[in-house]
Amino acid sequence: MPEFQRLIRQPWTLGVLGILTVLVLWWTITAIGSVNKLFLPSPEAVWQVGQQQWTSGLLLKDAIASVKRVFIGFAMSAGLALPIGIVMGSNQVVCRLLEPLMALIRYMPAPAFIPLLIIYFGLDELPKVMLIFIGTFFFNTLMIMDAVKFVPRELVETALTLGGRTLPILTRVVAQFIAPQVLDTYRINMASAWNLVIVAELVAANEGLGKRISLAQRFLRTDEIFMGLIVIGLIGLAIDLGFRALMRRACAWAN
Amino acid sequence: MHLQIANVGKSFGYGSSSKEVLRNVSFHVRSGEFVALVGSSGSGKSTVMRLIAGLDRPSSGTISIDGHAVSGPGSDRGMVFQKYSLYPWLTAAQNVAFGMEMQGRDRREIRERSSYFLEVVGLADAARRLPRELSGGMQQRVAIARALAAEPKVLLLDEPFGALDIQIRESMQEFLHDLWKRTGLTALLITHDLEEALLLAGQVHIMAPYPGRIVRSVTVELDRSSLAHLRVSRPFLEMREELAQCLRGLDPALTA
Repeated sequence: MPEFQRLIRQPWTLGVLGILTVLVLWWTITAIGSVNKLFLPSPEAVWQVGQQQWTSGLLLKDAIASVKRVFIGFAMSAGLALPIGIVMGSNQVVCRLLEPLMALIRYMPAPAFIPLLIIYFGLDELPKVMLIFIGTFFFNTLMIMDAVKFVPRELVETALTLGGRTLPILTRVVAQFIAPQVLDTYRINMASAWNLVIVAELVAANEGLGKRISLAQRFLRTDEIFMGLIVIGLIGLAIDLGFRALMRRACAWAN
Repeated sequence: MHLQIANVGKSFGYGSSSKEVLRNVSFHVRSGEFVALVGSSGSGKSTVMRLIAGLDRPSSGTISIDGHAVSGPGSDRGMVFQKYSLYPWLTAAQNVAFGMEMQGRDRREIRERSSYFLEVVGLADAARRLPRELSGGMQQRVAIARALAAEPKVLLLDEPFGALDIQIRESMQEFLHDLWKRTGLTALLITHDLEEALLLAGQVHIMAPYPGRIVRSVTVELDRSSLAHLRVSRPFLEMREELAQCLRGLDPALTA
């Protein structure tokens, strides 16, 4: 059994096994026919719906619409959170000024802003992008601020005694040191961005993976709902793995 | 170059919670000298170093370099810390170049000086390695090279070998002594290790805690042609023993 043991020790083996088990269980239950198809469509049915939507181009269009919203909203959030988080983490005055405000807004559930966003920005792309921004910006900023507070004092002070000034020290010492934590922060908050885009699309959208799911509900197409959920999960997983790969490459020194 | 520390005192906090950590500290360092401050923890020796580096301000007294009062950190006072001395994301050569880049020197000069100073500390081969791929002693040598490359008037060494094993410490002491002889650098060393101070420094100031102050200053005039020999020579050991007794007598935990 040494080969089997080696296989088990592979980091991916057990994970794949877990997923396969659920798939087999799902297939068995639907094959026996003990559950109404309306509630639990078979894997084949879901696969077929997926193929249909893929060949018609619908799936790709929806996925692109959702991904685009997430990326625009999250890019704004991440891009703004980085400088603000760094300044908050390194300057006590700014920190004391902004931290209570941000901590307060952070606890307001982002989906509760949807009605307001629709009143302000209508039903176009802007309210959805803004929702993702609101839902991730404060978390991103506060987590980056925390990372900055853990930069060893010696690294900054060495730069000072080498003739460094504030701005170069922030960009070349502080920003470099926190890069791994920043990427990890983005990776974690990206998951909320995905949750939010689906919520926004459930409320109001013409296309997108969330929209497809809410349409499917109207026609009791549980197979389409299942397909949508699985695609959302897969895209999220791909983004997560992408961030991990980026971190391994860009922050090799921290591993 | 003349670094002058005159009647410097330092207290942290305000009012009744204020704590005096330094009282009336005075000494000076001239070009080419190697001076050491020795004391136990709490003697305020690191505070003295931070004040000289400009990282903190004295509560009283003055610190001046060539007649100009120190008002903040600057590249004329290069510092080497005990931990986190290198930027972990930069290679050895990039670490050495870092200070010169901060000073805005031109790129060719930076490249030449980086390899020159890595050579000076004997690490030309390690130029492309990351700090985590270097031993503790090598890391400190790179940190010293980086400080020197920025052309400081005085090199401030804050327990630079404090985190190293005893054997590596000894070889680093030899290295630093050799470097001092070769380059004629000016250095102020902080250490709790009396032997280290006596081996390297021509002038040793002994500090006592609560509040931190200089209680004794000695000029060390010993034959330093071989440190290994000096370590076990009679005059060295006698001097060390005498000063060690002085240090023990100062520690309230040992006398009480």
